[in-house]
Amino acid sequence: MSIMQYNGSAIVAMAGKGCVAIAADKRLGQRALTVDTEFQKVFPITDRTYIGLPGLATDVKTLYDRFRMRVNLYKHNEERTIEPKTFSHLVSHMLYERRFGPYFVEPVVAGLDKNDEPYICGMDLIGCINFAKDFIVGGTASDNLYGMCESLWEPELGPEDLFETISQALLNAVDRDALSGWGAVVHIITPEGVITRDLKGRMD
Amino acid sequence: MLSSITQAPVEAHSHNRWEPYVDNGGTSLAIAGADFVIIAADTRQSDGYSINTRYDPKAFELSNKTVIATTGYAADAKRLVEVMEQKAQSYFHKHERVMSTPAMAQLLSNTLYYKRFFPYYVFPILAGLDSQGKGAVFTYDPVGNMERTVYVACGSASALVQPFLDNQVGFANQRAADPNRLLDRETARKIAIDAFTGATERDIYTGDWLEIFTIDQTGVHREKRELKRD
Amino acid sequence: MAPLTEPSAGFKFDNVKRNQLLGDKGYKLPTATKTGTTIVGLIFKDGLILGADTRATAGPIVADKNCEKIHYLAPNMYCCGAGTAADTEFTTNMISSQLALHSLNTGREVRVVAAMTMLKQYLYKYHGHVGAALVLGGYDVTGPHLFTIYPHGSTDKLPYVTMGSGSLAAMSVFESRWRPGMSREEGIEVVKDAIEAGIFNDLGSGSNVDVCVITKGNAEYLRNYSTPNERVQKEQSYRFTPGTTEFYAPRVARQAQEPAEMDTSA
Repeated sequence: MSIMQYNGSAIVAMAGKGCVAIAADKRLGQRALTVDTEFQKVFPITDRTYIGLPGLATDVKTLYDRFRMRVNLYKHNEERTIEPKTFSHLVSHMLYERRFGPYFVEPVVAGLDKNDEPYICGMDLIGCINFAKDFIVGGTASDNLYGMCESLWEPELGPEDLFETISQALLNAVDRDALSGWGAVVHIITPEGVITRDLKGRMD
Repeated sequence: MLSSITQAPVEAHSHNRWEPYVDNGGTSLAIAGADFVIIAADTRQSDGYSINTRYDPKAFELSNKTVIATTGYAADAKRLVEVMEQKAQSYFHKHERVMSTPAMAQLLSNTLYYKRFFPYYVFPILAGLDSQGKGAVFTYDPVGNMERTVYVACGSASALVQPFLDNQVGFANQRAADPNRLLDRETARKIAIDAFTGATERDIYTGDWLEIFTIDQTGVHREKRELKRD
Repeated sequence: MAPLTEPSAGFKFDNVKRNQLLGDKGYKLPTATKTGTTIVGLIFKDGLILGADTRATAGPIVADKNCEKIHYLAPNMYCCGAGTAADTEFTTNMISSQLALHSLNTGREVRVVAAMTMLKQYLYKYHGHVGAALVLGGYDVTGPHLFTIYPHGSTDKLPYVTMGSGSLAAMSVFESRWRPGMSREEGIEVVKDAIEAGIFNDLGSGSNVDVCVITKGNAEYLRNYSTPNERVQKEQSYRFTPGTTEFYAPRVARQAQEPAEMDTSA
């Protein structure tokens, strides 16, 4: 078993029409044993940029604290809010800094930039950015999510349609993965604000 | 000092060991309806980063109401299909009738378990019409554990396709949907095609051609479509 | 610890011991995204042409269908990357900024050999642990130059080169079609066909063809020059009727207009 599978996770981000969505499961496990069903894996970075951190839970928590510090410093130094693209490169560089002793996470970033344009990207554990126009997946259910997203996703989905598509992609993916699931949360980021919904899914 | 000579590295032993199996990739799926069944497979046969051939059919007619599709090790799959064809033929000549799909399904299970300690490295699925004329899908592991289902995906892109079928054929996670509703023929065909074009996008071992077999009262109908070749 | 200082330069190794410990406990350490790749370059009459496919893989799964493998180094220089995706990206980026500084310091256009030397010395320093396999091409005051640079730091200078998992498929095209003094159109066609040989015959390569033509005083980046693998239209739409997914009462939506407070909790 790989370190990346130790705690289990499933995270997906999708771009829509003037909106983006990011969703994650809530399980925290130790291999096959479920320890927590309310574990947070998606974090707000700004009002309209979120990051999902699938991987080793200890690194999820450590990295989120480090990102928060760096984003707060950015705000002090620049006197403006960080853009999703800028933040992604910050994350990328922080991961590549540890090229030879990495953190075990594959971040997924979703946000709206200053022109309300959707921005989503993913990274491998040493910070290689994967910029996509459609969707990004990560975690132990990533293969399942690839299959779901590749068939369900279509361009120009509005906030409500995007919610249904990303939710169905996540729920059906985690139901075929033993290491993720046990509840899920979806954030829909729109220019007007963020809608957060806790999904009702199988708890096994 | 002593500890350094107590155990030789494992690699020293395993270096020249004979490897009887190869994974040749490929994906197959089946969807059952009320009076039909669809079974489909791609035709790419690969080894590592190489394509051995773009057209190596994985699905075969065992009779005019039963089709088998295989993924895994192509050589074992070929042999397994040969054995099943022989057995189906001799049954036909002995009893002067075509073997029923459930009987063929049980025969396949027995054939696989017969080689329990040197298995065929194959993940077969069997589709056909049962004795009532309903669509039937049977899935197996390489040593013959059998299960009758309504739909299934097998092979290198099974992780990509199976959740999609759960959602679109089994209506999983959809409020107010009847999970036991069976699809009509045209919808099932469309879902099968979209499952494969999606899998071809993301799985490097799936592609080239798609063969779709539709089995109904009138017999077996084959359709061949292009998939991406990269 | 000085938490508010800017980070120091260079790699950090503070996780290495922990990761080794986890590795010794039997947990398999994950590998980074590799680009099973086809990258090529050739010299033609007026300069040189670089080519690359656009597939990035994570094991048997395609991670990125349209990534950029031709990296900018300097106005007169580009570099194709194969191997560990992050290493090719960060190595070329770093060398690119060093080249810019070098050019500013000397007041001249940088020579391709300078870039080649900087890359090989950097890679040699890391004994192949920085897994970047590169095809470097550029046009300087001494003419067109084409190099291959291997992860351990060795280099070759040749008139036509291929690298990555699709290198054999691509080289078969070059060996049969390349000749000295080719025209620009011929050159692009051969490069395109070489990359497509990799795309169709090597499972590690796929999707589109990127081309970069570098001539005296000019570099032309032809992103997605050829797109032979467009996805066909889906048979039906999978849009769900609103209300399909069940969820608990939504949490309060954040208002974008109100000033965000800085989260400084421990």
